[in-house]
Amino acid sequence: MAPRWRSGNWTTHLILLTGVVVFAFPVYLAVVGSTSDLGTVSRGELGLTPGPYLVRNYVQTWSTGSGERIQGTPVRRMMTNSLIMALTIAIGKISISLLSAFAVVFFEFPLRMFFFWMIFVTLMLPVEVRIIPTFKVISDLGLVNTFPGLTVPLIASATATLIFRQFFLSVPDELVDAAKVDGAGPLRFFWNILLPLSTTTGAALFVILFIYGWNQYLWPLLITTSQQMDTVVIGITKMIGTGEALVDWPIIMATAVLAMLPPVLVVILMQRWFVRGLTETEK
Amino acid sequence: MSRRAIFPNRLLPYLLVAPQMAVVLVFFYWPAAQAVVQATLRQDPFGLHSQFVWFENFSRVLTNPFYLGSLRVTLVFAVAVIALAMSVGLVLAIHADRQVRGATIYKTLLIWPYAIAPAVAAALWLFIFHPTIGMLGRTLVRNGINWDYTLNDQHALLLVIIAAAWRQVSYNFIFFLAGLQSIPPSLVEAAAVDGAGSRQRFWKIIFPLLSPTTFFLLIVNIIYAFFDTFGVIHALTRGGPGKATETLIYKVYTDGVINLDLGGSAVQSVVLLAVVIVLTAVQFRYIERKVHY
Repeated sequence: MAPRWRSGNWTTHLILLTGVVVFAFPVYLAVVGSTSDLGTVSRGELGLTPGPYLVRNYVQTWSTGSGERIQGTPVRRMMTNSLIMALTIAIGKISISLLSAFAVVFFEFPLRMFFFWMIFVTLMLPVEVRIIPTFKVISDLGLVNTFPGLTVPLIASATATLIFRQFFLSVPDELVDAAKVDGAGPLRFFWNILLPLSTTTGAALFVILFIYGWNQYLWPLLITTSQQMDTVVIGITKMIGTGEALVDWPIIMATAVLAMLPPVLVVILMQRWFVRGLTETEK
Repeated sequence: MSRRAIFPNRLLPYLLVAPQMAVVLVFFYWPAAQAVVQATLRQDPFGLHSQFVWFENFSRVLTNPFYLGSLRVTLVFAVAVIALAMSVGLVLAIHADRQVRGATIYKTLLIWPYAIAPAVAAALWLFIFHPTIGMLGRTLVRNGINWDYTLNDQHALLLVIIAAAWRQVSYNFIFFLAGLQSIPPSLVEAAAVDGAGSRQRFWKIIFPLLSPTTFFLLIVNIIYAFFDTFGVIHALTRGGPGKATETLIYKVYTDGVINLDLGGSAVQSVVLLAVVIVLTAVQFRYIERKVHY
């Protein structure tokens, strides 16, 4: 029995390690590329060890975003845009969802179910399938190239509302009665009791929504035409252009590494909430 | 879903749902209605004149050989991405579920790629498979394979499939692992006591019990492959060479934004909308059934 166990363990380690390497290798190579000089990369002489230009390349990327062959926006600028977008979407979604879930669960009013279903149906309408008309609405409102235009259409989503509703329904009636007996009105109950109880759910949602916001692609591509408004994910594609060999690959790879850093860090540091948020929001 | 203890206010609940309703009406219902209307109109190129044409746009688009070609590309792409991402995710999850040393570290090292944007994943893989500067691309060329994703249809398709599937594996891994961990160990042990080998235990006990997770992931992966991979294709191939990697969502973009065929683009949006609605409905039907059992 014993040797069989050991061999089972051995294949398990082998398979898991292969998975880890397949995931890590492209990122490692990007790091290597981002620390090498343009000549080495364009001649196709990139090795497996990092080059000596880490500081120079990253400083250049961060402050100008341009190399010998590309004229870009400073990555500092694009990262700021991405951060504003991701935070606005995450906080915006959580805020409006908290309010509407509170209304649907703790009040009895005409059209309550109608509102609930209006929100629920939007679950089925990802922004990608209605891009052109949504773009027209934004341009009619004069919001092209603005942060509201970039973020507000992505703020509406049924998922966060559904999650908070689910959680609110599990709050015991006695708690509500106790608050009422103590003379707390609905807003006070919301602020002093419900909100503190919702922090775990909120944190889990925040991780998911931050990544969702940071990684948006099609919508920013349409809504931002000014370079000053580019997000970092869009910026990378613009730098690559048509994928010729003669672009500043070290700068592009440094941008790619910087672009993946915030969401990856959020996932690793908030892993527990992340897994919880993910497995709960998608059900 | 009602609860016993509620607040009696009359006006307040409306104020509370107002922000969400405003966003939903302006950015969901209004544009979706526009898409449906747009799909039945024919517009001149300057947008000055439009004419109601019933389903003419639909028949024009749905019989268009380019549309059918794009449909075929989407199906091949989706099947490959889903098969690759789900099978690798499942294999990794099964092994991470075993009680081996360092299982927690493996888990952390296997979930982070989910955080990488599809377009960034595309940039990473391009850097590897670029025919002149990429490490593997160069190796292929040196070994006599005429690897060039900018000229060869199949190479382009293969590259977007790899980049799109790579990132999705960790998503499937997380869900398969959660699914495996919810299977009571006693069931599997009982089967082992009855003499079932590990292969048998997997196919007869674990896999059937995992089917709700598998089904859920199938739907989510279909939606991913259809819609969220836009960034991968835009960053790598722009739908080319020719139309070899032009998926349905990419065609909505090119027809609407580049070719300015608003009616045709709206028709495609409406068709995709129908696809999403059907998938979501199927999923909810299934989940409801599961709850009743």
